[in-house]
Amino acid sequence: MTRLLKILEYSLCSLARRKFKNFSIIIIYSFTIAALASILLLTHSLKEIAINVLVDGPDIVVQRLAGGRHDPIPVHYAQDIAKLPGVGRVNPRLWGYYYDSLYQTNYTILAVHQDLPSLEMVEGRMVAANGECTVGQGVAKAQNAEIGDELLLINSTGVGYSCEINGMFKARSNLWTNDLILFTEKDLQGFFAMPAGLATDITVEVFNPREIPLVAEKIKRLFPDTRPVTINEILHTYESVFNWRSGMMLTIFASSLIAFSILAWDKATGISGEEKREIGILKAIGWDTSDILTLKLSEGSVISITSFLLGISVAYIHVFLLGAPLLVPVLKGWSVLFPPLQLAPYIDMYQIFALAFLTIVPYMASTVLPAWKSAITDPESIMRGW
Amino acid sequence: MPPIIKTQQVNKYYNRHRADEVRALADVSLTISQGEALALNGASGSGKTTLLSLIGGMARPTSGTVSILDKEVSRLPERFLADIRRQTFGFIFQQLNLIRDISVLENIQLPLYPSAIPIAEMNRRAEEILTRLDISTKARLKVSALSGGEQQRVAIARALINRPQIIIADEPTAHLDSSLAGELLEILSELNREGKTVVLATHDPFVSSHRLIDRIVRMRDGRIIGGATG
Repeated sequence: MTRLLKILEYSLCSLARRKFKNFSIIIIYSFTIAALASILLLTHSLKEIAINVLVDGPDIVVQRLAGGRHDPIPVHYAQDIAKLPGVGRVNPRLWGYYYDSLYQTNYTILAVHQDLPSLEMVEGRMVAANGECTVGQGVAKAQNAEIGDELLLINSTGVGYSCEINGMFKARSNLWTNDLILFTEKDLQGFFAMPAGLATDITVEVFNPREIPLVAEKIKRLFPDTRPVTINEILHTYESVFNWRSGMMLTIFASSLIAFSILAWDKATGISGEEKREIGILKAIGWDTSDILTLKLSEGSVISITSFLLGISVAYIHVFLLGAPLLVPVLKGWSVLFPPLQLAPYIDMYQIFALAFLTIVPYMASTVLPAWKSAITDPESIMRGW
Repeated sequence: MPPIIKTQQVNKYYNRHRADEVRALADVSLTISQGEALALNGASGSGKTTLLSLIGGMARPTSGTVSILDKEVSRLPERFLADIRRQTFGFIFQQLNLIRDISVLENIQLPLYPSAIPIAEMNRRAEEILTRLDISTKARLKVSALSGGEQQRVAIARALINRPQIIIADEPTAHLDSSLAGELLEILSELNREGKTVVLATHDPFVSSHRLIDRIVRMRDGRIIGGATG
């Protein structure tokens, strides 16, 4: 143990001697880890937020298609769907998109029943009467508004519209509510100039989750002009979208990983004459090959673990404290591009360990192998000054 | 005195079975007694350094045997050879081979890092040797900040830190002026008087004629041509 501790002490002393070289390696190494970890943390967090919200969402969303495009659906479809066996609550929804040219942001406006109970994720209270609204954090930030202020918009006929903000969604539901504005049905129909008797889509609750695909099939048979979208399809779509985006980004950043690998390999195989000489001296005065390897292994461990922890910390700060400003334009969905979104810190430890394995192990190998090659040569060379 | 080093019919080839094959040592048999101070003398290329390397466990003979303290070491695995180098020998190299950007103290303690000796004992030994060689005030300085003579003392201190029985020195005065060379030989004489065996390679007549030397072994073309027996 004493022997190991003394060799570790010497390795720290060795690292300090080559501080500029080692510092530059740590910077490049940390940058690579930070870039890769940022992508992984961001996509995982987005997926987790989406999944956490979706699991509490409707089991099926029924849309009507006309000419292959989404079209308002008659509200009476809901009554027939509700009669299907195994179906619970059926709710026609009214919603639409709004572009606020003044603040250059996109909002999603959704109508809710006036008698809806207040939700735990809402600060203040839910919409209770015409002329009121509940907004997401991003909307409030974009408009610089608080609970009790007036929200100013322009309706579909080009006329100014205002409503009082009486509730605001909390940050943990941001992925879904950040750009959301809740109106009463009557206010929304008036705002979008939508005729009565039509809804944007219909949500369906199914008692037995295993029957969701079957109920979706029955709805399709009952109303051939509809497209029932199940919760699993939505989850799958989200997963595919984020996986595709993260895959694309990882491919781009793979080039930086390759550049880093080249640097590590070059550093390792290009073990300097001074380092070779030092290995020779140590061997000549009684260090064993395993002592040299312990020395180089601990040097490599200090550099790689320091860089890894630094990289992960930078990634955490970049993604969860600064909101991933360097990756957001590529990795987030368009509807949440504006207004800005504060991410919740979900971390997949499996991804972190995989990243550690894929970066620390190759670095250690590229550090130790050339040192081993030098260490197995006879120390006679040092005797002769070769 | 009992023999401490014994070589029997030692041959050493470099680049064996190749066009540029070199026979560095040819049938070298030599016995060195405990406490003896022996000089290997010969021109450049005569095989002095090769013989020192074999005796010091830094290389292995192509054929023949090398015994240290009655133990045949020429076929030992590398790990055991490293232990023997660290526990039995103190090396003073022609080029000094100090690590220039670490302190004098760290340089001196280098042979003890891979040992089980506690740090407190390492420090005590280093302090003792630094005082003895009159460089204790330089302990925290980097080697690169020292004069040639001081660096030579650091190299000697490093050779002594593990309390070796045998001191091996290869052309120890090659880069020293006559005053520093005399000083070095005096230190080696003192160590020899304390019972340490000294084996050095030199072609410097000043060294060969010094009162330190008990016996001169003459070498030419890898062979011993005189002084093989004491």
